[in-house]
Order: sequence, then structure tokens, then C-alpha cells
Amino acid sequence: MHPASAIVELRGVAKNFGGGPPVLADISLTARRGEFTSFIGPSGCGKSTLLRLIAGLTDATAGEVRVDGRTPAQAAAELAFVFQEPTLLPWLNVAHNVEIPDKLRGIPAAARAAHRAAALALVGLAGRESAYPRQLSGGQKMRVSLARALTLAPKILLLDEPFGALDEMSRERLQEELLAIRAQQGWTAFFVTHSVAEAVFLSDRVFVISAQPGRLRAEIAVPLASPRTAETRLSRDYQDLVVEVTRRLRAVKTFAA
Amino acid sequence: MPRRYYNVLLPLLSGALAFAVWQVVCLLLDEDHRFLLPAPLAVLAALRDEWPVLSHAALNTAQGALLGFALAVVISFTLALALASARWVRASFYPYLMLLQMTPVILFVPMLVIWVGPGLPSVSLITFLICFFPLVVNTTQGLVSADRLLVELFRMYRATRWQEMWRLRVPAALPYFFTGLRIAATLAPIGAVVGDYSAGSSAGDGGGLGFRAVIYGSTAKYPALFATAAVTCALGFVLVAAVLALSQLTLGRWHDSYAQKDN
Repeated sequence: MHPASAIVELRGVAKNFGGGPPVLADISLTARRGEFTSFIGPSGCGKSTLLRLIAGLTDATAGEVRVDGRTPAQAAAELAFVFQEPTLLPWLNVAHNVEIPDKLRGIPAAARAAHRAAALALVGLAGRESAYPRQLSGGQKMRVSLARALTLAPKILLLDEPFGALDEMSRERLQEELLAIRAQQGWTAFFVTHSVAEAVFLSDRVFVISAQPGRLRAEIAVPLASPRTAETRLSRDYQDLVVEVTRRLRAVKTFAA
Repeated sequence: MPRRYYNVLLPLLSGALAFAVWQVVCLLLDEDHRFLLPAPLAVLAALRDEWPVLSHAALNTAQGALLGFALAVVISFTLALALASARWVRASFYPYLMLLQMTPVILFVPMLVIWVGPGLPSVSLITFLICFFPLVVNTTQGLVSADRLLVELFRMYRATRWQEMWRLRVPAALPYFFTGLRIAATLAPIGAVVGDYSAGSSAGDGGGLGFRAVIYGSTAKYPALFATAAVTCALGFVLVAAVLALSQLTLGRWHDSYAQKDN
């Protein structure tokens, strides 16, 4: 792998909270520009913490996290985070929610409106600008949350189980749309999930993490062709990979027990 | 039965029933004891007869109540912002606020009258003291309990502390603030009447409702005393209704418990 194409690098990263037992140990990985990486593992394996380390929301106890050659804090402008919950401000309508990141950065109104319109079009919510979060379905709220992250034109998108609370249908649709948006924008993605099928469908690479402490136990490349569609889910290659990742995940769970 | 009838008709019905029972009980009392419990019709008559005096007193009391209430809103909000902005400020002062909340303000009324003078100044000061604590406690609670993920979102986007306060914490605290405001609105007329009861007498201009209560009580005009209480209730009702309307206007579009049920 050429160093020039690396955008996120973790070297020997460990994390424990306030003298407690290690949550993550000895994490080293490199992600290429434009790569889609998923983390999957049992509950409490520290996969969300790993994402938060890359986001700069928390600091590593040992080791080094580099984002675009800088610390996560220095690279904050390149990063966007999509939380497990939609985390919308309930007192703002869709338009104002999507504009929040721009507003906090003091971007002028005209540019804000342009970013907002483009982002809402991408997630298929053009026309819903004046709706309030409580009037939207779970899937629509998640789309707004995604649109908000996209207004910043991030180089790196961090997604922490964003579709976990959705029903199967909305979930699969959003996965397909997420990949379609990525095809247009080319950001690098890190995706935390509990679902093997989701990890395989979305990713170029899946890391299986063990618990207590969280370690990278397996790395599975996913060489499925793009664009991936509903058809992809029916293909033999896809299903073989799901079986493969499931086996690795099961091995980790036995290992932890 | 449509909801509207349910919510209007039933209370009217139960009120009328209570009114009738009360009137009958009074008629059953023998002549010598009738003064002990004024009959509702006698109270209504007193309300009519004393209206010129009572309405004037009500205006005086309303003035004190509103002034103290407004002062409490402004000062408690400012203090809540300070308390919410740093953990050390909260740790240093919050316990004492809780303690002060337990303090029976009424005990200090004689001193307060000496400090600020009788009449409107002391009436509004007492109202202020009674309204202040529920407001500051609720608002502070609201400001510090903004959703943790939303706070992280703001930090992620490198929001300044000012932005975090005004764009996140203050709007998130509004439902809590309005809870405090509703409590304070019920307390304000009571505070003003209590203040007026002990500090309004020498105010000139006939004093407020509390002062009328002192006079009616000492001259055994009990129907008029009940009428005074009714006017105080009405004052509180108007203030609470105004607060509810304001909260509906502010929170109606986004907050679940205030939102219109039909959408």
C-alpha cells in the first residue's frame, strides 16, 4: 500500500477509561482514501470507542491516530460523524437542522442554503424542509442526520450503527443509497455495525473485533463489484462472504467466553 | 361524547353541584352559626357590593405580582446561565440555593418592609423571593441536562461555548423553564397577597387584596373575605393561562407533550 494513498492511520492504539481495564488494545490499521471499512464485534468490544478515537471525540491512552497526516482534532474540518440516533435538534425544522454545522462555522446564508439543498436532494428529502423531527419516521430522521453530515463535504465519514434502529426494508434501502452517495462523493468511510450482512454489503474491508479488550482479530476483504444493488444480496459471492464473516465473528465470541 | 364537551361540560357540572351542596349546607345551619360559613350566594353578593374596592385592590396586587414575577424570571434566568456554564460555579452555589428554597420567606417580611419600604416595593420583593427558586432550579436543571449526544455533536463541529449555550442548551431547557414558569405563575399572586397582608397596609392607595383580607377578617365580613380569595384565584388563573398560552406558542411545534394531538 502506498503511504500517499493512506488517509487514516492507527498505530498501536490502546484505550482505557480512567484507570479501568483496557477497552481497546494494540489497534493498528491503515485506511486508503475512498475506502469503506466496517468494524463488527460483540457488544462492548469497543468498536464505537474506536470510531470516537478517529473522530477526536476521545483521546487514545497509548499509540497514535493520524487523520490526513494530522491529529483528529486538527483534521476536524475533514470529519463528519453520524450517531446511532438521529440526534436532531427537535426545535428546529429539517432545513435548519441540516444547516447547523454550517451555521456553527459562520458560513453565509446563501452558501448554507446551497449546501442544504444539495444534501437533502442526495438523501431524497427535498421538499421536506419545513417539517419538524417529530413529524418524520425513523428512516427519514436518519436521512436528515446523514444530510447534515454531508453538508460539510467531509473527506471522512464516521458512522456509528446509524441504521441499527430501523426496520429491515428501510435499512437495506438506506444502505444502497449510502453507497450511491459515496459513488458520487468519494469519501472514506468507517462504519460500526452489529449486522454481518450490512458490513459485507457496504464495505471494502471488514474488521472483526474481539471483546475485553477490543482487538482486531480478523480482516476480511470484500471484493464485490460496484455498484452494489439489491441484486448483489442474492449473489453467491456475497452470501459466501457473509458466511465467512459470520464464522470469524463466532470464533471471536467463543474466544471471548 | 366529543372531547370538547367532556372537558368543558363535566367541570361545569361538578362545579354547579358543589355550589348547590355548599348553599344547602349553609341553609341547614342555624341562624347563630350561619356566619361561620358564608353561603356561595352571599359571597357573590359581597363580590358585587365590594367590586369597586376589590377591583382597585386587585390591580394593586396584580402590579406587585407581575413586577416580582418579571424580576424573578429575569434574575433566575441569568443566574441559571451562570450556574450552567461551569461545574465549579454549580458546585459552589447550588446547595445553598436548595437551602434557601426551604427558607420560609414570610418570617422575614417585617425586615423586608424596613429594607425596601412598605407597599409595592416589599410586595414585589416578597413575590420575587417566592417565584425565584422554582424558576432557577428548573431552568438550571434544563440547561445542564441537554442530550449528551447533541452536546458531542456540537463539540464535534467545534461549536464555541457561546454557541453551545444559546443554540443548544437554552432551547433544550425551554420545556423545563416553562415548568418553572408555570409553578411561579401560580405562586406569584399568592406571594403578592401574602406580602400585601403584612406589608401593604401603609402603602396608601387602599392597599391590595391582602390588605382587604386583613380588614374583612378583622370586621368579620366573611363573605367579602371569600370574595377576596376568589379574586386572588382569578388573578392566578389569568397569569397561569398566559404562561400556558406562551408555552404552547413556543413549544407547540416541536415538543411532544405540547404538540397538537391532531397531527
